[in-house]
Amino acid sequence: MNARQEILARIRRAVAGAPEVEIPRGYRTHVTLEDPVGRFAERVGDYRAVVHVVPAAEVPGRLAELVAGRRMAAPEGLPWLEAVRGAAAELILDGPGLSVAELDRVDGVVTGCAVAVAETGTIVLDERQGRRALTLVPDYHLCVVQAAQIVASVPEALARLTPTSPLTWVSGPSATSDIELDRVEGVHGPRTLEVVISA
Amino acid sequence: MRVALFVTCVNDTLFPGTGRAVVSLLRRLGCEVDFPLAQTCCGQMHLNTGYREEAVRLARRFAGVFAGYDAVVAPSGSCAAMVREQYPRLIGRDFPAVHDLSEFLIDVLEVEDVGAYFPHRVTYHPTCHSLRGLHLGDRPTRLLRKVRGLELVPLPGAEECCGFGGTFAVKNPAVSAAMCADKVRNVLGTGAEVLCAADNSCLMHIGGTLRRQRTGVRVMHLAEILEATE
Amino acid sequence: MSATFLGMPGNLSKNTDFPKNAAKAVQNSQLRFNLRKATHTIRGKRAAVVSELPDWQDLRAAGRAIKDHTLRHLDRYLLQLEEAVTARGGHVHWARDAAEANRIVTDLVKATGEREVVKVKSMATQEIGLNEHLAAHGITAYETDLAELIVQLGHDFPSHILVPAIHRNRAEIREIFLREMPGAPEGLTDEPRALAEAARLHLRERFLKAKVAVSGANFMIAETGTMVVLESEGNGRMCLSLPETLISVVGIEKLLPAWHDLEVFLQLLPRSSTGERMNPYTSMWTGSVEGQDFHLVLLDNGRTRVLADEVGRQALRCIRCSACLNVCPVYERAGGHAYGSVYPGPIGAILTPQLRGMGSELDASLPYASSLCGACYEVCPVAIDIPQVLVDLRAKAPHGLAERAGMRAAWWLFAREGRLAAAQRLAARLRRLIPRRLPGPLGAWTDTRDVPDIPRQSFRDWWKESGS
Ligand code: SF4
Repeated sequence: MNARQEILARIRRAVAGAPEVEIPRGYRTHVTLEDPVGRFAERVGDYRAVVHVVPAAEVPGRLAELVAGRRMAAPEGLPWLEAVRGAAAELILDGPGLSVAELDRVDGVVTGCAVAVAETGTIVLDERQGRRALTLVPDYHLCVVQAAQIVASVPEALARLTPTSPLTWVSGPSATSDIELDRVEGVHGPRTLEVVISA
Repeated sequence: MRVALFVTCVNDTLFPGTGRAVVSLLRRLGCEVDFPLAQTCCGQMHLNTGYREEAVRLARRFAGVFAGYDAVVAPSGSCAAMVREQYPRLIGRDFPAVHDLSEFLIDVLEVEDVGAYFPHRVTYHPTCHSLRGLHLGDRPTRLLRKVRGLELVPLPGAEECCGFGGTFAVKNPAVSAAMCADKVRNVLGTGAEVLCAADNSCLMHIGGTLRRQRTGVRVMHLAEILEATE
Repeated sequence: MSATFLGMPGNLSKNTDFPKNAAKAVQNSQLRFNLRKATHTIRGKRAAVVSELPDWQDLRAAGRAIKDHTLRHLDRYLLQLEEAVTARGGHVHWARDAAEANRIVTDLVKATGEREVVKVKSMATQEIGLNEHLAAHGITAYETDLAELIVQLGHDFPSHILVPAIHRNRAEIREIFLREMPGAPEGLTDEPRALAEAARLHLRERFLKAKVAVSGANFMIAETGTMVVLESEGNGRMCLSLPETLISVVGIEKLLPAWHDLEVFLQLLPRSSTGERMNPYTSMWTGSVEGQDFHLVLLDNGRTRVLADEVGRQALRCIRCSACLNVCPVYERAGGHAYGSVYPGPIGAILTPQLRGMGSELDASLPYASSLCGACYEVCPVAIDIPQVLVDLRAKAPHGLAERAGMRAAWWLFAREGRLAAAQRLAARLRRLIPRRLPGPLGAWTDTRDVPDIPRQSFRDWWKESGS
């Protein structure tokens, strides 16, 4: 028997006669929040991320202010890309040719998101936010979240996502609690996370 | 109401005063108390030390001795939890309901004020099996709060184990003593004259340390405080 | 069946046991201070974020049942997973034991021609002793999680599932960095921020040029073939997404049937482990993505033996959150090393003896490393009844002669009320002779406590005389 056959045989022997199990799903799969945008902003802020809530029309202007003078990277296809290009010192677009070493030289990255979770202050990035390295190597991540992308709870977020796309769930900047269980922001991932909520 | 007292082997042998207090308290509250003389031990020590066979035989014996009673009252959270939680796995469901004393008073007799008087500063240690096994919650402290003259002071870190754990204290003496030392420090910090609990095993453990250190703090079972009158 | 290896402590010798290890640890006041501070901090955080969710007990019940259901049909779900991973360009390998898993990983690394791998913290690879095995084949494995780095640089062993260097405080970590970390900044302070920054700089180059990474996974989704890794620092993301080859070694019990089952576990795990609403980063990938070569090594290493035990199999529900360690009064005082396994604390006390058997003194003593206080069961997000499993293991553990005789004698007394009554009267007669300090094995107890006075009359004799 090869390893696969043997492990499967061991499992079948082990569980023979074990009872079937019903799964009770009494937990909340939908949560109603009075102010999802406010809750999301508060919870992201709890992770010591910088949060801006701005009317949709003012998003390009705010982005321009935030990236002014910085060398930025971005995935293709963002609606406010021109505003960023105009203000940033340089704008590099994600693509197969972009190396990690080049990414290491930019100051920051600007992206959108796939969905955001109000209860946990989480942003989920999918492949439309570029390759995973794009939002990882630069030290500053500027993320634009549309109000309509904010769901209340984790179950609602999962329902909106496509599992086959590589996904990164981001809840605040990189952090560690490995020293005396004191939380310190900023280890290997971006040390600064700035979120612009387009309300 | 006719209730059977399951005094537990530890109380029977080492702390008869607790058993006497339960009898007198229940009689004061109008119960007819019976003590089936054939009772011995619920089997907890054997089960927890790894002697399942012996525990099963003691559990069967217990079920036989107490069959037919409306209610069984035990002045020990640990032994009541043993019967309620472990017996179904050991001997099935054919055994009478066992109540810890505070459950019996509050849930069955529906009294909080048992007419006691005890003019002392008391702190209460909830004990693990009462807290997490039986989920006694605030029943014991509700009873204590109604005792006239009694000043109840909260015990910091109350929900932490005192380190007794039966066999544990013998097999892991160093850790057990370290846990007890922390419990004793918390007790002393309250300035209480009396440490109260619903389990004499834990009280024996903590009390043994309190006495060795000559702290002057007494330990008393809940039943003995509730039985006290002017 | 092959022997199960649990990657542990060559330096913890065979002829020791938990009580002896723990007795030594209790004497170490620095260790006790560090552990107390850390576990109490995390306890408070966990309690706060758990109380935010009104449906916590429902999530817990679902988590438990999803795991039980998966284990019941583990064969079917593993095959489904294999198919899904393979369909998306990944490669699946099966390993019966540690040796086989180590061989598979080593061959995969060798095939790339690389001599270095970066690693994301993973219990499974510690369990099989992968780093040591790779080293024997000339391959260096670099741990990249901050705590694992502290342990690796300190030539030390992990003592906690989530925070392997929990036994070290900031001052000790600073010293380890200054002594062992090439290029550690000269003026390094013991500020956690400065220490984290030093680790960042130390590992940065290594991440950017690494070609092969080794990881574990927190969850695998059978339906989609998706792998899920939760982490905090971003070292996981670095390892999972930058290298050309990724090898994940995952225990077969880490499976969940469907994508939407994550809705339960992504709520249970972060709140139970770091006490956060959500951990900073969670990576999910399915098969080979962004051109990366992906290998999944499915590990048995004793798990199917645990699965065969009706009571003990619930230990396989464990999602390694470490909440049980953080509330355990015994762990808090004994520390993780006393358990002599990569799995310390309450979960270790039930998992190690099941995976490794109870052949050694140490392993046979683990089921007794608990006062059965039940704090672990209360916080466990998948409701593993650890006290119940401990008691069950105690029934299977070897017992010493003296103990057997004592327990037999006690049983004999309890079997007839007359015998008990006679013994009580005898004790009452001898009450003056019983010393404050007892001899033999009971002596350890009376080292710090007085024995109670034996009463003149037992309760039953009082009852017969004047009670009824
Ligand atoms: S046994 Fe439960 S509490 Fe302990 S690590 Fe596993 S899942 Fe967490």
